[in-house]
Amino acid sequence: MNPEVVKIIAVAATIILGTMMPAVAIGKIGTKAAEAIGRNPEAASKLQTAMILAIAFAEALAIYALVVALILKFT
Amino acid sequence: MTGEIPIFLKAEPVFHLGSFTITNSLLLSWLILAIFGIGGLVLSKKWRSIPGKIQAAFEMIVEGVLNLMESVLGNRGEAEKYLPFIATIFLFITFSNWMGIFPVLGTLGIFEGSGRTFVPLFRSPASDLNFTIALAVISIAAVNIAGARRLGFFKHFKKFFNFTNPINFFVGILEFFSEFAKMISFSFRLFGNIFAGEVLLIIMASLLPYLAPIPFLFLEIFVGFIQAFIFGMLTLVFIAGAVREEH
Repeated sequence: MNPEVVKIIAVAATIILGTMMPAVAIGKIGTKAAEAIGRNPEAASKLQTAMILAIAFAEALAIYALVVALILKFT
Repeated sequence: MTGEIPIFLKAEPVFHLGSFTITNSLLLSWLILAIFGIGGLVLSKKWRSIPGKIQAAFEMIVEGVLNLMESVLGNRGEAEKYLPFIATIFLFITFSNWMGIFPVLGTLGIFEGSGRTFVPLFRSPASDLNFTIALAVISIAAVNIAGARRLGFFKHFKKFFNFTNPINFFVGILEFFSEFAKMISFSFRLFGNIFAGEVLLIIMASLLPYLAPIPFLFLEIFVGFIQAFIFGMLTLVFIAGAVREEH
Protein backbone atom coordinates (compact mmCIF):
# COMPACT_ATOMS: atom_id res chain seq x y z
CA MET A 1 0.00 0.00 0.00
CA ASN A 2 1.06 3.56 -0.63
CA PRO A 3 2.97 4.86 2.44
CA GLU A 4 1.11 8.18 2.34
CA VAL A 5 -2.20 6.38 2.60
CA VAL A 6 -0.98 4.19 5.46
CA LYS A 7 0.22 7.31 7.30
CA ILE A 8 -3.17 8.99 7.01
CA ILE A 9 -4.96 5.86 8.15
CA ALA A 10 -2.57 5.53 11.10
CA VAL A 11 -3.18 9.11 12.17
CA ALA A 12 -6.94 8.68 12.03
CA ALA A 13 -6.90 5.32 13.80
CA THR A 14 -4.66 6.71 16.58
CA ILE A 15 -6.99 9.50 17.46
CA ILE A 16 -10.17 7.45 17.08
CA LEU A 17 -9.05 4.57 19.24
CA GLY A 18 -7.31 6.81 21.72
CA THR A 19 -10.37 8.85 22.64
CA MET A 20 -12.89 6.07 23.02
CA MET A 21 -11.97 4.82 26.49
CA PRO A 22 -11.26 8.26 28.02
CA ALA A 23 -14.71 9.34 26.82
CA VAL A 24 -16.32 6.40 28.64
CA ALA A 25 -14.21 7.12 31.73
CA ILE A 26 -15.14 10.81 31.84
CA GLY A 27 -18.81 9.92 31.45
CA LYS A 28 -18.63 7.51 34.38
CA ILE A 29 -16.77 10.02 36.56
CA GLY A 30 -19.34 12.72 35.83
CA THR A 31 -22.22 10.34 36.53
CA LYS A 32 -20.88 9.25 39.89
CA ALA A 33 -20.03 12.80 40.88
CA ALA A 34 -23.50 14.08 39.99
CA GLU A 35 -25.04 11.20 41.92
CA ALA A 36 -22.90 11.88 44.96
CA ILE A 37 -23.70 15.60 44.90
CA GLY A 38 -27.37 14.73 44.69
CA ARG A 39 -27.09 12.58 47.79
CA ASN A 40 -25.07 15.06 49.81
CA PRO A 41 -25.34 18.62 48.50
CA GLU A 42 -23.31 20.01 51.43
CA ALA A 43 -20.14 18.31 50.23
CA ALA A 44 -20.64 19.69 46.71
CA SER A 45 -17.46 21.76 46.52
CA LYS A 46 -15.20 18.92 47.73
CA LEU A 47 -16.85 16.56 45.26
CA GLN A 48 -16.47 19.08 42.50
CA THR A 49 -12.75 19.44 43.15
CA ALA A 50 -12.25 15.68 43.18
CA MET A 51 -14.32 15.33 40.02
CA ILE A 52 -12.32 17.96 38.14
CA LEU A 53 -9.06 16.32 39.16
CA ALA A 54 -10.23 12.87 38.07
CA ILE A 55 -11.49 14.25 34.75
CA ALA A 56 -8.13 15.94 34.18
CA PHE A 57 -6.32 12.64 34.65
CA ALA A 58 -8.71 10.83 32.30
CA GLU A 59 -8.50 13.56 29.69
CA ALA A 60 -4.71 13.44 29.79
CA LEU A 61 -4.84 9.94 28.30
CA ALA A 62 -6.83 11.20 25.34
CA ILE A 63 -4.33 14.03 25.00
CA TYR A 64 -1.47 11.53 24.80
CA ALA A 65 -3.22 9.88 21.84
CA LEU A 66 -3.76 13.31 20.28
CA VAL A 67 -0.10 14.20 20.63
CA VAL A 68 0.96 10.93 18.99
CA ALA A 69 -1.47 11.60 16.14
CA LEU A 70 -0.13 15.16 15.70
CA ILE A 71 3.47 13.98 15.73
CA LEU A 72 2.65 11.34 13.11
CA LYS A 73 0.91 13.89 10.96
CA PHE A 74 3.45 16.69 11.08
CA THR A 75 6.75 14.83 10.80
CA MET B 1 -3.95 21.94 1.21
CA THR B 2 -1.79 19.95 3.62
CA GLY B 3 1.49 21.23 2.27
CA GLU B 4 0.61 24.89 2.65
CA ILE B 5 -0.87 25.31 6.10
CA PRO B 6 1.93 26.61 8.36
CA ILE B 7 1.60 24.33 11.37
CA PHE B 8 4.90 23.47 13.02
CA LEU B 9 5.39 21.15 15.95
CA LYS B 10 8.56 23.01 16.89
CA ALA B 11 8.47 26.71 17.61
CA GLU B 12 9.96 28.79 14.82
CA PRO B 13 13.26 30.58 15.58
CA VAL B 14 13.02 34.34 15.33
CA PHE B 15 16.60 35.47 15.91
CA HIS B 16 19.83 34.27 17.44
CA LEU B 17 21.85 35.58 20.37
CA GLY B 18 25.22 34.10 19.59
CA SER B 19 24.51 30.38 19.46
CA PHE B 20 21.30 30.60 21.50
CA THR B 21 18.17 30.44 19.36
CA ILE B 22 15.26 32.62 20.41
CA THR B 23 11.95 31.15 19.27
CA ASN B 24 8.66 32.98 19.00
CA SER B 25 7.15 31.15 21.98
CA LEU B 26 10.16 32.15 24.09
CA LEU B 27 9.67 35.76 23.00
CA LEU B 28 6.05 35.79 24.11
CA SER B 29 6.86 34.16 27.42
CA TRP B 30 9.51 36.84 28.04
CA LEU B 31 6.92 39.50 27.22
CA ILE B 32 4.45 37.99 29.73
CA LEU B 33 7.23 37.74 32.31
CA ALA B 34 8.00 41.43 31.81
CA ILE B 35 4.33 42.34 32.13
CA PHE B 36 3.99 40.36 35.36
CA GLY B 37 7.22 41.64 36.85
CA ILE B 38 6.69 45.30 36.07
CA GLY B 39 2.94 45.11 36.74
CA GLY B 40 3.51 43.43 40.08
CA LEU B 41 6.09 46.02 41.16
CA VAL B 42 3.94 48.95 40.09
CA LEU B 43 0.74 47.59 41.64
CA SER B 44 2.43 46.72 44.92
CA LYS B 45 3.43 50.37 45.38
CA LYS B 46 -0.23 51.33 45.34
CA TRP B 47 -1.21 49.12 48.26
CA ARG B 48 -3.50 50.91 50.69
CA SER B 49 -4.46 49.61 54.10
CA ILE B 50 -8.11 50.51 53.43
CA PRO B 51 -8.69 49.10 49.96
CA GLY B 52 -10.12 50.96 47.01
CA LYS B 53 -12.39 49.12 44.57
CA ILE B 54 -9.72 47.49 42.42
CA GLN B 55 -7.71 46.35 45.40
CA ALA B 56 -10.88 45.01 47.01
CA ALA B 57 -11.63 42.99 43.87
CA PHE B 58 -8.12 41.50 43.90
CA GLU B 59 -8.44 40.78 47.60
CA MET B 60 -11.68 38.90 46.97
CA ILE B 61 -9.95 36.79 44.33
CA VAL B 62 -7.02 36.03 46.62
CA GLU B 63 -9.46 35.14 49.40
CA GLY B 64 -11.26 32.73 47.07
CA VAL B 65 -8.02 31.09 46.02
CA LEU B 66 -6.84 30.81 49.63
CA ASN B 67 -10.12 29.17 50.63
CA LEU B 68 -9.79 26.64 47.83
CA MET B 69 -6.19 25.90 48.81
CA GLU B 70 -7.17 25.62 52.46
CA SER B 71 -9.78 22.99 51.59
CA VAL B 72 -7.05 20.90 49.95
CA LEU B 73 -4.18 21.50 52.35
CA GLY B 74 -6.05 21.48 55.64
CA ASN B 75 -5.01 24.71 57.29
CA ARG B 76 -4.68 28.36 56.41
CA GLY B 77 -1.02 28.77 57.31
CA GLU B 78 -0.02 26.11 54.80
CA ALA B 79 -2.25 27.69 52.19
CA GLU B 80 -0.58 31.06 52.65
CA LYS B 81 2.84 29.45 52.48
CA TYR B 82 2.26 27.82 49.11
CA LEU B 83 0.06 30.55 47.63
CA PRO B 84 2.85 32.45 45.78
CA PHE B 85 4.07 29.38 43.94
CA ILE B 86 0.69 27.94 42.99
CA ALA B 87 -0.77 31.31 42.06
CA THR B 88 2.25 32.13 39.90
CA ILE B 89 1.95 28.87 38.01
CA PHE B 90 -1.77 29.41 37.52
CA LEU B 91 -1.55 33.07 36.43
CA PHE B 92 1.49 32.56 34.21
CA ILE B 93 -0.10 29.66 32.32
CA THR B 94 -3.47 31.41 32.06
CA PHE B 95 -2.00 34.59 30.59
CA SER B 96 0.36 32.73 28.31
CA ASN B 97 -2.60 30.79 26.89
CA TRP B 98 -4.77 33.89 26.54
CA MET B 99 -2.03 36.01 25.00
CA GLY B 100 -1.37 33.22 22.51
CA ILE B 101 -4.84 33.60 21.00
CA PHE B 102 -4.96 37.37 21.36
CA PRO B 103 -6.43 38.78 18.10
CA VAL B 104 -3.69 40.82 16.49
CA LEU B 105 -0.56 39.18 17.89
CA GLY B 106 -0.61 36.31 15.42
CA THR B 107 -0.25 38.69 12.49
CA LEU B 108 2.93 40.38 13.70
CA GLY B 109 5.89 38.73 12.11
CA ILE B 110 8.88 38.92 9.83
CA PHE B 111 9.45 37.64 6.35
CA GLU B 112 12.46 35.45 6.23
CA GLY B 113 14.64 33.91 3.63
CA SER B 114 14.53 34.12 -0.09
CA GLY B 115 11.21 32.29 -0.27
CA ARG B 116 9.44 35.05 1.66
CA THR B 117 8.21 32.61 4.31
CA PHE B 118 6.26 34.35 7.07
CA VAL B 119 7.50 33.71 10.59
CA PRO B 120 5.10 34.97 13.28
CA LEU B 121 6.79 36.86 16.06
CA PHE B 122 4.59 35.53 18.86
CA ARG B 123 3.22 32.07 19.55
CA SER B 124 1.49 30.53 22.58
CA PRO B 125 4.30 29.58 24.94
CA ALA B 126 2.47 26.42 25.99
CA SER B 127 2.32 25.22 22.38
CA ASP B 128 6.07 24.71 22.69
CA LEU B 129 6.99 21.47 24.45
CA ASN B 130 10.06 23.11 26.01
CA PHE B 131 7.88 25.48 28.04
CA THR B 132 5.57 22.77 29.34
CA ILE B 133 8.34 20.32 30.19
CA ALA B 134 10.18 23.09 32.05
CA LEU B 135 7.07 23.93 34.07
CA ALA B 136 6.38 20.25 34.78
CA VAL B 137 9.93 19.62 36.02
CA ILE B 138 9.76 22.73 38.21
CA SER B 139 6.43 21.66 39.68
CA ILE B 140 7.50 18.11 40.52
CA ALA B 141 10.80 19.39 41.91
CA ALA B 142 8.86 21.85 44.07
CA VAL B 143 6.58 19.07 45.31
CA ASN B 144 9.56 16.99 46.39
CA ILE B 145 11.38 19.96 47.89
CA ALA B 146 8.27 20.88 49.89
CA GLY B 147 8.01 17.30 51.12
CA ALA B 148 11.71 17.19 52.01
CA ARG B 149 11.53 20.51 53.84
CA ARG B 150 8.48 19.51 55.84
CA LEU B 151 9.32 15.91 56.67
CA GLY B 152 13.11 16.02 56.59
CA PHE B 153 15.26 14.88 53.69
CA PHE B 154 15.61 11.22 54.60
CA LYS B 155 12.05 10.70 55.76
CA HIS B 156 10.70 12.06 52.49
CA PHE B 157 12.94 9.99 50.27
CA LYS B 158 12.36 6.87 52.39
CA LYS B 159 8.94 6.83 50.77
CA PHE B 160 10.63 5.85 47.55
CA PHE B 161 13.37 3.58 48.83
CA ASN B 162 11.59 1.56 51.47
CA PHE B 163 13.54 -1.49 52.58
CA THR B 164 11.19 -2.87 55.24
CA ASN B 165 9.79 -5.66 53.12
CA PRO B 166 9.85 -6.69 49.43
CA ILE B 167 6.34 -5.47 48.68
CA ASN B 168 7.04 -2.02 50.10
CA PHE B 169 10.31 -1.91 48.17
CA PHE B 170 8.47 -2.62 44.93
CA VAL B 171 5.82 -0.04 45.69
CA GLY B 172 8.52 2.50 46.51
CA ILE B 173 10.26 1.96 43.19
CA LEU B 174 6.91 2.32 41.43
CA GLU B 175 6.32 5.60 43.26
CA PHE B 176 9.76 6.80 42.17
CA PHE B 177 9.03 6.12 38.52
CA SER B 178 5.60 7.61 38.84
CA GLU B 179 7.22 10.95 39.72
CA PHE B 180 8.70 10.95 36.24
CA ALA B 181 5.39 9.80 34.78
CA LYS B 182 3.78 12.80 36.50
CA MET B 183 6.29 15.11 34.80
CA ILE B 184 5.45 13.67 31.40
CA SER B 185 1.74 13.72 32.12
CA PHE B 186 1.79 17.40 33.23
CA SER B 187 3.79 18.54 30.24
CA PHE B 188 1.86 16.60 27.62
CA ARG B 189 -1.53 17.52 29.02
CA LEU B 190 -0.81 21.24 28.74
CA PHE B 191 1.09 20.93 25.44
CA GLY B 192 -1.56 18.71 23.84
CA ASN B 193 -4.44 20.95 24.80
CA ILE B 194 -2.85 24.21 23.68
CA PHE B 195 -1.13 22.91 20.54
CA ALA B 196 -4.30 21.12 19.44
CA GLY B 197 -6.16 24.38 20.02
CA GLU B 198 -3.72 26.22 17.75
CA VAL B 199 -4.09 23.57 15.04
CA LEU B 200 -7.87 23.72 15.39
CA LEU B 201 -7.93 27.51 15.05
CA ILE B 202 -5.68 27.47 11.99
CA ILE B 203 -7.73 24.76 10.26
CA MET B 204 -11.00 26.52 11.08
CA ALA B 205 -9.64 29.81 9.80
CA SER B 206 -8.55 28.17 6.57
CA LEU B 207 -11.98 26.60 6.07
CA LEU B 208 -14.24 29.60 6.72
CA PRO B 209 -12.32 32.76 7.61
CA TYR B 210 -13.70 35.26 10.14
CA LEU B 211 -16.74 33.15 11.06
CA ALA B 212 -15.69 29.61 11.83
CA PRO B 213 -12.97 30.44 14.38
CA ILE B 214 -15.35 32.40 16.64
CA PRO B 215 -16.84 29.54 18.70
CA PHE B 216 -13.44 27.87 18.79
CA LEU B 217 -11.85 31.04 20.14
CA PHE B 218 -14.35 30.94 22.99
CA LEU B 219 -13.47 27.29 23.51
CA GLU B 220 -9.77 28.16 23.57
CA ILE B 221 -10.32 30.90 26.15
CA PHE B 222 -12.11 28.38 28.34
CA VAL B 223 -9.57 25.59 27.75
CA GLY B 224 -6.65 27.93 28.45
CA PHE B 225 -8.12 28.83 31.82
CA ILE B 226 -9.09 25.27 32.74
CA GLN B 227 -5.70 23.78 31.83
CA ALA B 228 -3.94 26.38 33.96
CA PHE B 229 -6.35 25.64 36.81
CA ILE B 230 -5.76 21.90 36.48
CA PHE B 231 -1.98 22.37 36.43
CA GLY B 232 -2.13 24.46 39.60
CA MET B 233 -4.63 22.18 41.36
CA LEU B 234 -2.69 19.02 40.59
CA THR B 235 0.54 20.60 41.82
CA LEU B 236 -1.30 21.64 44.97
CA VAL B 237 -2.74 18.16 45.52
CA PHE B 238 0.69 16.59 45.07
CA ILE B 239 2.21 19.07 47.52
CA ALA B 240 -0.55 18.23 50.00
CA GLY B 241 0.20 14.54 49.53
CA ALA B 242 3.95 14.98 49.97
CA VAL B 243 3.67 17.19 53.04
CA ARG B 244 1.08 15.12 54.89
CA GLU B 245 2.33 13.17 57.89
CA GLU B 246 2.06 9.42 57.56
CA HIS B 247 -0.75 8.04 59.68
